[in-house]
Amino acid sequence: MEFSYSREQQMVKQMLSDFCEREIAPIAAEIDEEARYPYETVAKLGELGIMGMPFPPELGGAGSDYLTYIMAVEEISKTDASHGVIVQTHNALCCWPIFTYGTEEQKQKFLPDLLSGKKLGAFGLTEPNAGTDAGGTQTKAVLDGDEWVLNGSKIFISGGGIADTYVIFAVTEKGIGTKGISAFIVEKGTPGFTSPKHENKMGIRGSIAAELVFEDCRIPKENLLGQQGKGFKIAMSALDVGRLGIAAQALGIAQGAFDETVKYMKQRKQFGKTLDKFQALQFEMANMKTRIDGARFLLYHAAWARDAGEDKLSPLAAEAKLACSEAASYVVDKAVQFHGGYGYIKDYPVERMYRDQKITEIYEGTSEVMKMVMAGDIFR
Amino acid sequence: MKIIVCVKQVPNTTEIRINPETGTLIRDGVPSILNPDDANALEEALKLKDANPGSTVTVITMGPPQAVKMLQECSAMGADEVILLSDRALGGSDTWATSNAVAAGIRKIGEYDIIFCGRQAIDGDTAQVGPQIAEKLGLPQVSYVKRFQRDGDHVIVDRALEDGYETLRVKMPCMLTCIKELNTPRYMSIPGILKAVKKEVTVWNAEDIGVDLQTVGLKASPTNVFKSFTPKPKGAGVTVEGDTPREKSENLLKSMKQRHII
Amino acid sequence: MKDFSEYKNVWVFCEQRSGKLMNVALELVGEGHTLSREIGPDCKLVALLVGNNVEGLKDELYSYGADSVYVIEDDLLEHYTTDGYTKVIVDAVNEYKPEIVLFGATHIGRDLAPRVAARLNTGLTADCTRLDIKVSDYMDYLETYTTASLAGLDRDDDNKGLKQTRPAFGGNLMATIVTPNTRPQMATVRPGVMAKREPVNGASGELVRVKPDLRKEDINVELLNVVKAAREMVSLTDAKIICSGGRGLGGPEGFKLIKELADKVGGVVGSSRAAVDAGWIDPSHQVGQTGTTVKPDIYFACGISGAIQHQAGMSDSRIIVAINKDPDCPMMKLADYAVEGDLYKVIPEIIALWDEVREG
Repeated sequence: MEFSYSREQQMVKQMLSDFCEREIAPIAAEIDEEARYPYETVAKLGELGIMGMPFPPELGGAGSDYLTYIMAVEEISKTDASHGVIVQTHNALCCWPIFTYGTEEQKQKFLPDLLSGKKLGAFGLTEPNAGTDAGGTQTKAVLDGDEWVLNGSKIFISGGGIADTYVIFAVTEKGIGTKGISAFIVEKGTPGFTSPKHENKMGIRGSIAAELVFEDCRIPKENLLGQQGKGFKIAMSALDVGRLGIAAQALGIAQGAFDETVKYMKQRKQFGKTLDKFQALQFEMANMKTRIDGARFLLYHAAWARDAGEDKLSPLAAEAKLACSEAASYVVDKAVQFHGGYGYIKDYPVERMYRDQKITEIYEGTSEVMKMVMAGDIFR
Repeated sequence: MKIIVCVKQVPNTTEIRINPETGTLIRDGVPSILNPDDANALEEALKLKDANPGSTVTVITMGPPQAVKMLQECSAMGADEVILLSDRALGGSDTWATSNAVAAGIRKIGEYDIIFCGRQAIDGDTAQVGPQIAEKLGLPQVSYVKRFQRDGDHVIVDRALEDGYETLRVKMPCMLTCIKELNTPRYMSIPGILKAVKKEVTVWNAEDIGVDLQTVGLKASPTNVFKSFTPKPKGAGVTVEGDTPREKSENLLKSMKQRHII
Repeated sequence: MKDFSEYKNVWVFCEQRSGKLMNVALELVGEGHTLSREIGPDCKLVALLVGNNVEGLKDELYSYGADSVYVIEDDLLEHYTTDGYTKVIVDAVNEYKPEIVLFGATHIGRDLAPRVAARLNTGLTADCTRLDIKVSDYMDYLETYTTASLAGLDRDDDNKGLKQTRPAFGGNLMATIVTPNTRPQMATVRPGVMAKREPVNGASGELVRVKPDLRKEDINVELLNVVKAAREMVSLTDAKIICSGGRGLGGPEGFKLIKELADKVGGVVGSSRAAVDAGWIDPSHQVGQTGTTVKPDIYFACGISGAIQHQAGMSDSRIIVAINKDPDCPMMKLADYAVEGDLYKVIPEIIALWDEVREG
């Protein structure tokens, strides 16, 4: 067992901490306020290799292992969870399924631009009537000659309308439930593919969540990703990978809020002494740290297991996401509380972190789904 | 082109605090970093390399074995070769002795077209090592460089002055010391980091660089630290006395002058 | 102990640009004069003047305390070059053997002095803020202003070595440097720190014309152009002095006064959130939690009450000067210097007095 950061992990954390301080922190409140997608900083992250971090250099990736990638998402999310989810969605939910299930031609066609960050990727599974229960998917794909014709809509799609390349799930055979779902690669600008509405979200407002609409959208036959009927399996395995990233995002939010609170407590005076001198608050900070560190070990273990090629990743990923998002929920609540009135106004970043945190208990599988996955393993 | 960059690992002085009770520096937990001006020097070297394919950037530093970490960061930014001069015999060198050692290291590297240094290190703030290396190597120098342009076998640079700047033309090889205004240093990239940790750092001792031991280290240094200390803690604030705005202003400025604040 | 008896006198390199002496040259002539008298009755203060057609500056140097003026003139010395100036100064030092050579720590001084010291193989101390010969004076300084112990020091010690004190580690630490084994002892000295002497009109002294041995080939750097430019706009983060205004300005026109103050003291204009929200100034000037975090040497807080958000961005400033009508507001409590009063009356006085007190 190895419990120290490797030299490369130290350097990745250091680089990203510098990057966040200089590039992201100054705009974090702004993109939140304006619900503005941070194109410029995302492009810079692409140049640094973050947008294809855990993929092989031959295809344009940076060649990192998954654990180090998870640490990168955590580090970015300490400053801004919107950037965290943008990096995460692109890597885990678009690049990863194409890398894992794509044909050689698909990989050569799509991955170099995606992994270098020149193009952005998104993932379209959720529908008005199919969230946690993907079996309810209604978007249809029908083969017509050399083309698939897509009809239907998706909602809450991270990066929708912004991304260039989408992994989209649609029913190719009705009446057989999840076995009738297939995955497709759809490119922005394809006629019949639009993104009419952006959601007005509570948090992670710098990352866009949008509706996708397909109206007789024709895509080449060769854009079927993986085998026909294997879409549900592709979606679930991508979400397993994705959950580690969302866990990292939650952990980053928790650590960021914790660090902000430490800083504030050293500054803020009440009753003639700074807040860090009050034992009741000190003890609660110890509680918060215990939760953060405990969650971190579960997450790093799950990521390590993925790198080591262990099977049974699903319950480990579910456990990590559950632990990290719950730790974050606990920590942001206390962080705002300890900031008092100042925590309730937008001058201090904990207000934003409080709102950003909530989604980590919901997307890429709610906390309840995480428990379902774990229970399925416990009572196997 | 063959480009050399001289760098130094320094404690991040902005994170140093003074223990108010003892008046001593709290250096625990203060991270070591690549000296900021040196990062500008490295950036300019890397830009020159990018503009002239086939060029190499060699980074050289003198310091303890831990300085390897900073050299890895230089590699991760894009340096081709990194060299550490490390030897107990070099410890405690002042600027004169340091420049003797680094100049010997550069001679061992061999041919080069240009050397970039940072203007000054944030721990010592002397700004002397760059010019003194140039002297030891017999090179022309330009310090405080804020704009750089190659012009065949010459370089054209703007050198910052207090009240403006001057534009100078120098034949290569030459030594330039760089300031912050010159550029914005790039970040380490992820592929760069992964490559850097696998790359070997060349370590040379005093014998390797063939430097005369009478010209390096603490004993050979012409300057000695006689005493080091911290200023008295600034203490509680004062209300500036005076009956009129003029009196108050005068008392304020006089006190600030007396305390060397202005 | 080596025999340095052949090294005599204190030299000051008197930097001139376009035939005008830099202020620091006159400051160093004053300081050097004092040091020379402390070394002994035979020790003189020599002002070293390098350039072309600069001999006329000698009277100014005598009046500020120079015993002798050594002039090195040549067409090739018209403009400063590292190579040209280094060569003629090194030759002069080798010929006349001064005990101490001082340079102003200007961009030129800090370019030239290291090169000269390296060629002479002697020590150089950068950017000094204090120089002492007399041990007893040095001990008084340590006792009054520092936390240093006086152990090992003796008030009756008559060592005449130059004790060169300078800040290091970003000013967190002070160090006194000595140059025991080589001569001359060399230092660059921070401009604005040493006091000029009261000028004596009509003072005169010795004039020595030193013949330079300089050829065109000795100079490897070609000067293409000199551009005089107002100081470039410094960012808040990098500024050494920040003059900030807040709600107490009462309106946008108050920032004209803040700008005047900033121009006078060489600072950058900052503001509180209140002034930005009121639309009096652009948000890029905002200091504080939602603005820029700053750490200048001097922070003037003018009409800023000091809400915790503002303090979060500036409380690490080295010296805080608060100007406010309300003596009980948080900023006046945080300040090192609290000036109670109407900022519209106080600031013009500070502007008017600044040069006089600073250079006096």
